[in-house]
Amino acid sequence: MFFENINWSYVLILPLIGGALGGALVLVWWERRLLGFFQDRLGPNRVGWFGILQSLADAIKLITKDDWVPPFGDRVLFILAPIIVAGAMLMAYAVLPLGPGLIIADSNIAILWILAMSSLAVYGVLLAGLASNNKYSLLGGLRSVAQMVTYEVFMGLSLLGVVMLTGSFSLRDVVHAQEDMWFCIPQCVGLVIFLIAGLAESHRLPFDLPEAEHELTAGFHTEYSGMKFALIMAAEYLSLILISALIVVLFFGGWLGPKFLPSELLSGIVWYGLKVVLVINFFILLRAAIPRPRYDQLMSLGWKILLPLSLLNILITGAILLGTQ
Amino acid sequence: MLSQIKTLWTVFVHLFKRNETVQYPEEMPYQAPRYRGRIILTRDPDGEERCVACNLCAVACPVDCIALQKTEKEEDGRWYPEFFRINFSRCIMCGMCEEACPTYAIQLTPDFELCEFDRDNMVYEKEHLLIDGTGKYPDYSFWHVAGKTITGKDKGEAQNENKPEDVRSLLP
Repeated sequence: MFFENINWSYVLILPLIGGALGGALVLVWWERRLLGFFQDRLGPNRVGWFGILQSLADAIKLITKDDWVPPFGDRVLFILAPIIVAGAMLMAYAVLPLGPGLIIADSNIAILWILAMSSLAVYGVLLAGLASNNKYSLLGGLRSVAQMVTYEVFMGLSLLGVVMLTGSFSLRDVVHAQEDMWFCIPQCVGLVIFLIAGLAESHRLPFDLPEAEHELTAGFHTEYSGMKFALIMAAEYLSLILISALIVVLFFGGWLGPKFLPSELLSGIVWYGLKVVLVINFFILLRAAIPRPRYDQLMSLGWKILLPLSLLNILITGAILLGTQ
Repeated sequence: MLSQIKTLWTVFVHLFKRNETVQYPEEMPYQAPRYRGRIILTRDPDGEERCVACNLCAVACPVDCIALQKTEKEEDGRWYPEFFRINFSRCIMCGMCEEACPTYAIQLTPDFELCEFDRDNMVYEKEHLLIDGTGKYPDYSFWHVAGKTITGKDKGEAQNENKPEDVRSLLP
């Protein structure tokens, strides 16, 4: 029978993709609204209840827009680039655990897979910049490559502490290893470094140099409009959700509730969602509060401070592990 | 690093502050009494027009949106504008006319909602501009302060005005 051979975790794929894209859509509205509150404004509040349908209206607008491809650019790459960005981001979701048994691919190299996929997304950004054949796009693409290469290095290194404490690259094992204590306490340095690297990786606002709108108009997606632009934006919000979920899984115990509360209080997936929403809100707060650093400041922060710090973190974690064993 | 954390905290606290935004069409923002909006012409406490058609407002107006023509009333000798026209599609609400006006006749009000589909409707004639009240200066009555003779008020009868000197008499 067909149904006997089916792997039931594949059933999760459609809800996950739908949930992630829907989450990205809601996030567009929620970010604008929360930014408004931070700045003593109201934010979009006209369409639907509290403006929640605003992103739907935006989506309709984007779909009905002219699907323009610059005649001076590279047509194939131009169309391919947003697909690579969004596709790579969605691929990374495959190994993301949502609950005790809720995982599409329970891989034993899940962390490496996510790092690899978020690196692949850089190709999309670079190709978008190249294919546009526009100086702003090119500069944005170049910046994004330099930024990603820099921050990729210690993004991986900052996770090694967690991996060492767990003894596995599997995200399920990472969560199970946090039953006694969340890794945000022993790995607080790793958490801060991963947070900053994740910001840079998803080029969120304090580190949005690839698209710095004050200098590069819109950076690598200057020439994009309509649904291709929407795809790039969706990928950006997908990566924000991904990074937030990763932070929750790696450092805040995933679906585990706090130890001092009875475990039956809320189900795992609710705890998980609550934590992810909190981290996302923190990212939005960062966007509202922190100004964008200069390009050389970004580079020197990466190479001179965060990279040595993450190496030191690995060294000390390893030493303590050796000493206690 | 510390300043960054301080910034984060300051911005976070603003989450609980009152919004500056006023949802305008549903909710009127506070209108300062001296806000410079739509222009009106006011009347004296006795109900007659204050405007004496001196043209100072038209001269002061930087965009030349005021046009008027002086005439006189037969019965009491008061001056008044035959027509008084303000083109609000030109007016920049600068308030120079109000400053120039010697009789407090022309005044700016807090009403700023001047929207028309047709540009011609932005041209206000005297009948649109003239209000029944005295506006910002309720007790001021130009003709009872000025020295000019009108019916019912001879030379020397205005407020703070002495009787005319009898130049033929030597007595103090």
